[in-house]
Amino acid sequence: MLSTKHLIDTEDLTLEDVQLILDTARSFKEVNTRTIKKLPTLRGRTVVTLFLEPSTRTKSSFEIAGKRLSADVQGLSGSSSSTVKGESLVDTAKTLDAMRCDAVVVRCKQAGSPLILANNMDAHIINGGDGKHRHPTQALLDVFSMRENLHFDGLEGFKGLNVGIVGDVGHSRVVGSLAPLLVRLGATVTVVAPPTLMPADPSVWGVSHVYDLDPVLPTFDIVYMLRIQMERLDGAPLPSLREYAALYGIGKERMAMMRPEAFLMHPGPVNRGVELTSDAVDSPRNLILDQVNSGVCVRMAVLYLLLGGDENVTVA
Amino acid sequence: MSLLLKNVRAIDPAAGETGLDAIVDIHVRHGEVIEIGPDLDVDAGEVHDLTGKVVVPGLVDMHVHLREPGYEYKETIESGTRAAVHGGFTGVAPMANTNPAIEDGTKVRGLIEKADESAFCHVYPVGACTKRLMGTELAEMGDMVAAGAVAFSDDGKGIQDAGMMRRVMDYAKMFGKVVMAHEQDDGLVGCGIVNEGPVSTKLGLVAWPAEGEEVMIARDIALCRLTGCALHVQHITTARGVELVRAAKKEGLPVTCEVTPHHLFLCEDDVTSSYDTNFKMNPPLRTKTDCIALADALADGTIDAIATDHAPHAKHEKAREFELAPFGTTGLETALPLVLTGLVSTGKLSWERLVEVMSILPRQILGIDPVSLQPGSMADLTVIDPDRHVSVTADWFESAADNSAFLGQELIGCATAVFIEGYAALLDGEVVDQ
Repeated sequence: MLSTKHLIDTEDLTLEDVQLILDTARSFKEVNTRTIKKLPTLRGRTVVTLFLEPSTRTKSSFEIAGKRLSADVQGLSGSSSSTVKGESLVDTAKTLDAMRCDAVVVRCKQAGSPLILANNMDAHIINGGDGKHRHPTQALLDVFSMRENLHFDGLEGFKGLNVGIVGDVGHSRVVGSLAPLLVRLGATVTVVAPPTLMPADPSVWGVSHVYDLDPVLPTFDIVYMLRIQMERLDGAPLPSLREYAALYGIGKERMAMMRPEAFLMHPGPVNRGVELTSDAVDSPRNLILDQVNSGVCVRMAVLYLLLGGDENVTVA
Repeated sequence: MSLLLKNVRAIDPAAGETGLDAIVDIHVRHGEVIEIGPDLDVDAGEVHDLTGKVVVPGLVDMHVHLREPGYEYKETIESGTRAAVHGGFTGVAPMANTNPAIEDGTKVRGLIEKADESAFCHVYPVGACTKRLMGTELAEMGDMVAAGAVAFSDDGKGIQDAGMMRRVMDYAKMFGKVVMAHEQDDGLVGCGIVNEGPVSTKLGLVAWPAEGEEVMIARDIALCRLTGCALHVQHITTARGVELVRAAKKEGLPVTCEVTPHHLFLCEDDVTSSYDTNFKMNPPLRTKTDCIALADALADGTIDAIATDHAPHAKHEKAREFELAPFGTTGLETALPLVLTGLVSTGKLSWERLVEVMSILPRQILGIDPVSLQPGSMADLTVIDPDRHVSVTADWFESAADNSAFLGQELIGCATAVFIEGYAALLDGEVVDQ
């Protein structure tokens, strides 16, 4: 069991919760390698994925996670739900509540929206990304992927880890969850972006910030690249993607500047040729696909633990 | 019709040569103050013993939104002015951003007609500076002045083009009316909703930098110098903005400004991860340092007026996502209790200064007839009980809306009676139905 009813942000979780999620996800990782990837654990429970903003990978990751645990998973998207007909989020929440859903995974354009659901229904609410605010399961899967690839148990291994988060920090909901979580786990986090893509005060996450990538790149154990969100570049914070790639993009040359054992990560989807060249995307040092796999495991763990599973996962 | 207020502490720094602060009786007849003095021996139809209370010239809120015409589901002239008298005001100046906007003489006359039918207090119409508040063409100011508009403002929107603002001020000057400016540079502010800084980053909300306001204050002071038109800076929020106004006043320019209770008593830290939309206002809540600078400037005379920017909204509008909910908090009913609790009882603001910034100066800036506690003056009076406790709850409001950022607060001191031209609009804290 987790100490929280909802997962609105990683701040809701104690470090014990975090470790429990990571350990549970590890049990599920093995399940996902089987021919029959299904456990009866959440049979009869209803999980709704309410995606009010386009998303493919997060939505399918949650849906696969729910189905592997035998939950009934119902997807609602912005275009098929009533919200485009002008229904308020409060009424959507009350409607879903009346349908007796057990958990709602919500993705929305507006920061803070998961709270509106939590305040208006009984179900467990899982934040699948709210505006530019938070994306807790992304942070958890990233941390899980780091732990698996650095091969340690517990949380001690995060202490002293040097993580650089590079790119569109200003529009990223990933940083808001990942950076504070890593800092709580004892890692050192530096965010790297041009001033036009930097938020007003990144120090609120407990991180330092720099504009110039090359001097700090060789110090990182993990180089976490953010996607340049083309759809959020109104007001032209960059002269061109070409110039962005020249200043911040990772290709062969910058990979050579990295520590030999350092990993590259990216929440996806990648703009090939912008933040990463194909050499970097396809490099064995890149954990992108491992992150995707971790996403299913971690979301299984979150659903399992929020919906009342205990520590002793029965995976037989 | 005659009225006698007995044993009341009368405070009016503008009365007589030296001002007034004394326990007196006040005799009112035919809507006019007839006599003031100790132990008046007169027969009056209506007598109120106001021992322990304070009477001041009626308060005026020079910046409200009554929402009528067009948004009657949020508030009406009737409900908004009920809220005004409940808060101790004898008059309000509603902004022009209704639907349709108050942008020509017909609209002003319509507003005045509606106010005559349904308002609980005086309504001083403010006309638009530009047609449909679009900031591109002058509104018919002459027609509006003839119909009774007291001032001009495109409140809700900053006039972006400096040349347009110059024409507005040049033209308004001809009628001797003040231009009240909503200072917001859209290029800097964009779709910003909370102060730029730690809170905007923490909450993932688009930032509204202080400079988006300050560059416009600086520009409009320059245009005041150029045109000679009186400039009133609306809802000033930052220490540096106040510095600009201070310097302009020192230079002798006809520049005034107002501050809202929410910018005095709340700051960006009140916007939390609970995403309470009652704390979403435009301009946004600033820093604690700014709050302190605003209170100092109010006390030292740099800020001329307290105005509420009363911005009522329907429940379903404020129940939306923070980024989608409309800006604003109600303010008419909480302003006086907040100022009494937060500034007067602490000694930061004297009673005299309270009367100046909530009564004398708002009238002066709007160019409406002064009201004073002396014979011959119109009997617009606000009676205040400095000891009465107020629990700010949704039920307590007379406004049709309850989107207050001050819900849940316990305050001390409020208006218990309001007389408008000698007639009671509020008695014992209850609105008198007409």
